[in-house]
Amino acid sequence: MNISRRTLLAALGGALLPSVLRGQQDVQLPGDAGNLRDPRSAGGSLSPVTSRDNDPTVVGIERRIQCTCGCTLDVYTCRTTDFTCSYSPAMHREVLALLDQGKTPDQVIAAFVAKYGEKVLMAPKPVGFNIAGYVVPGLAILLVGGVMFAILRQRTRALELARADAARKSPPMPAGASRAVAAAPPASEDELARLERELKAFDA
Amino acid sequence: MTLLGQFALWTALFVGLWAAVIGFSGRWQGRPELARSVTRAVYALLGLMLVAAAALWKGLISHDFNIEYVASYTSRNLPGYYIFSAFWAGQKGSLLFWAIVLSLFASLAQWLTPSRFRALMPYVAAVTSSVTIFFVMVMLFAANPFERLSFTPADGNGLNPQLQNIGMVIHPPMLYLGYISITIPFAFAIAALLSRRLDTGWIQAMRKWTLMSWLFLSIGITLGMWWAYVELGWGGYWAWDPVENASLLPWLTMSAFLHSVMIQEKRGMLKRWNMMLIIGSFLLSIFGTFITRSGVIASVHSFTQSNVGYFFLGFLVSAAILSFTLLYTRWDRLEADVQLESMASREAAFLFNNLLFVGIAFSVLWGTLFPILSEAVRGTKISVGPPFFNKVNVPLGLLLLLLTGIGPLIAWRKASTRNLRRQFTWPVATGLVVAALLVASGMRSYMAVLSLALGGFVVGTLVQEFYRGTSARHRMYEESYGAALLHLIARNRRRYGGYIVHAAIVIYFAAFTGYAFKKDMEATLKPGQTATMVTPYGHTYTFTHLGVSQFEQLNRIVTQASVQVTRDGKPMGVINSEKRQHFSEPAPGVRQKSFEPSTEVGIRSDLEGDLYVVYAGSVNGTEEAVYRFTYNPLVIWVWIGGVVLVIGGLITMWPGGVVSGAPRQRQAGYEVQLAGSAGGTGR
Repeated sequence: MNISRRTLLAALGGALLPSVLRGQQDVQLPGDAGNLRDPRSAGGSLSPVTSRDNDPTVVGIERRIQCTCGCTLDVYTCRTTDFTCSYSPAMHREVLALLDQGKTPDQVIAAFVAKYGEKVLMAPKPVGFNIAGYVVPGLAILLVGGVMFAILRQRTRALELARADAARKSPPMPAGASRAVAAAPPASEDELARLERELKAFDA
Repeated sequence: MTLLGQFALWTALFVGLWAAVIGFSGRWQGRPELARSVTRAVYALLGLMLVAAAALWKGLISHDFNIEYVASYTSRNLPGYYIFSAFWAGQKGSLLFWAIVLSLFASLAQWLTPSRFRALMPYVAAVTSSVTIFFVMVMLFAANPFERLSFTPADGNGLNPQLQNIGMVIHPPMLYLGYISITIPFAFAIAALLSRRLDTGWIQAMRKWTLMSWLFLSIGITLGMWWAYVELGWGGYWAWDPVENASLLPWLTMSAFLHSVMIQEKRGMLKRWNMMLIIGSFLLSIFGTFITRSGVIASVHSFTQSNVGYFFLGFLVSAAILSFTLLYTRWDRLEADVQLESMASREAAFLFNNLLFVGIAFSVLWGTLFPILSEAVRGTKISVGPPFFNKVNVPLGLLLLLLTGIGPLIAWRKASTRNLRRQFTWPVATGLVVAALLVASGMRSYMAVLSLALGGFVVGTLVQEFYRGTSARHRMYEESYGAALLHLIARNRRRYGGYIVHAAIVIYFAAFTGYAFKKDMEATLKPGQTATMVTPYGHTYTFTHLGVSQFEQLNRIVTQASVQVTRDGKPMGVINSEKRQHFSEPAPGVRQKSFEPSTEVGIRSDLEGDLYVVYAGSVNGTEEAVYRFTYNPLVIWVWIGGVVLVIGGLITMWPGGVVSGAPRQRQAGYEVQLAGSAGGTGR
């Protein structure tokens, strides 16, 4: 089959032009948002973020309260992480509503505790029995450390006294030598060689 | 194959019982054929466990969905490597995995331990076999991986999408290796107590095992942090979750042991304490398993609640009673050879380092259990989350960091004022300079300044140690500085490997400090719209939403949102974040969506910090995307710290180097008078 160059170009042009035009039509301008082919695979539909969602006061409150879904995360982290959770968005709306009523952050927290119980706090308030939670580890370490220090100090002093006593009773030492050395027997050749080896190994 | 698996488990139960009974009863004494029989029973246990493993893997690979475990954790379209890792993804499979690894370690311990410790080995076999048969019993009576269904589903449930990550292929085995290998040092400790051979021999026999289990725990914990960071999408790597805490507890006590055992080896002190640390570490590893598997404390990481928790609780209590009773009966034989001579000594510094390690472990355990205690005392449920743990543990951690610098520099026995001045002048100056620079650069968080200044101090001590050692070799042997450094490390692997581990700890602390300056924000963007964020370093990042695309990949439909990133106007590339909807295919052409859509985070790392982009979802099914942008300073240093720690740990463990002298002589020390010299030296 003979195809002239003009026919070929016309055919190619006819085939490509609509797609070029379509491509031009598909170019999105800033602010345009096309539809997803399978929206459900991207999770549930979300509401647009507002400036209040990033408000440090709101975020600060939400970091102090725990999501009740059982994830053990705070409300802010849960609502911005576990996008299938329905509890944390609801708790976020409650925070906003309570702030709209003119409550302070502490009052908002108190309202949550009144509604959900003390468990809603990310960390227990340091009152009553909860104080034990905060101070027992530190106190235990101080107590054990203190007792340890006292016992060891007593023992080391007793040892020093015993050594001093032994040194007093030992024969006079050569000029310039320490008491400990004077109390020790002279070194043999073997011992000196071993000392030399070990000192080399230690220094290296 | 399941029949074979069941048969292997039942046979393992009886073989293990034989090893335990003969090993503990001591009937092998004077009868070498019985001693050999105990060892062979340990090898047979390994063989039987491998048969059981092969049976389960066969079921997984052949998609035998009549096996309840296979149907619960795999599907036909699950990629091969996740079918492999599904072995330990669920409760039952992970119990079998535990038993296999334990029997492998038990066999290696029998095989590799030098013959001079022959008298300990039947007892070691008895302990390891007892622990193995406990796991076999849990499988046989409470969580059987070979349990069959009354019907055969067309396809399995598939693997939880959050477990479909390479981190989950590596992290659980590493953590299990750490947990499980603690059984070997524990077995040597019990063997030493039973055989009354309580000199330093048992410590030499199991020293490599303690290092290995500590190293595996370290790798497992770090990989767990990495998995949580890249997979869970909340922008952090440590949440003080009970299961995370459970992995930290034995790591802390093992770290304490690795320090205090040096005092026993060099000075013959702390024998009782070391026994308690090893027994405690083993019990904490079982406690961690109990927490993970019982559901007694709420955790995002735990397996589904089941009755295996009662088995673990019973085992934990029994092991604690038996071990500490045995220790009590040998108490007098564990008297220290020498006494502490001075409070200004390395021994004293190590004692306080141990106090802090164990104190932090207690603090973590206390916080983990405090909700249960509070409920028991007050009848009120409370939550104990990161704010609590940070408040209690950060000061303790900083004290520990301080001791990390002090311990290695202070002299054994008694440090003189001159020694202290010589060793600490430059490191203290380094710490002060770091603090001054940070304050001058505008850092106002005093905890952060303190943490980094202490880090500077520890780095100062390490640099000084390496510098002095290298210079000494350079002078003595006329080596180049590079060769001198290499030989220094090679000849003193334990000491300088330990210093490298200390460097890793400093890196970790610096990274944790950086995390305090984390910044995040949410934004909804249509294609072409931008959001900006200023980081703690003062850089301005701009995120331009490019659009959302959808495509199929492996066993999932991927919805990918992309942002173009610039820093201070300079292009930094494109970051993609995804939603993944997994599906199963019970029949050709038939698809069922499984699980909720999961999130894949987009991360761009550099040495300063990570940009962490999360595509939360879309508004009304359009390309208008909701994002969370997080800037995490210094996160990459957590992973670098992990690598450095592994290098240091491997150097410490590597065979060879300077062979230590006779232990008894080293313990007792010696004093000699150098002929013709007025001064003296001693050790």
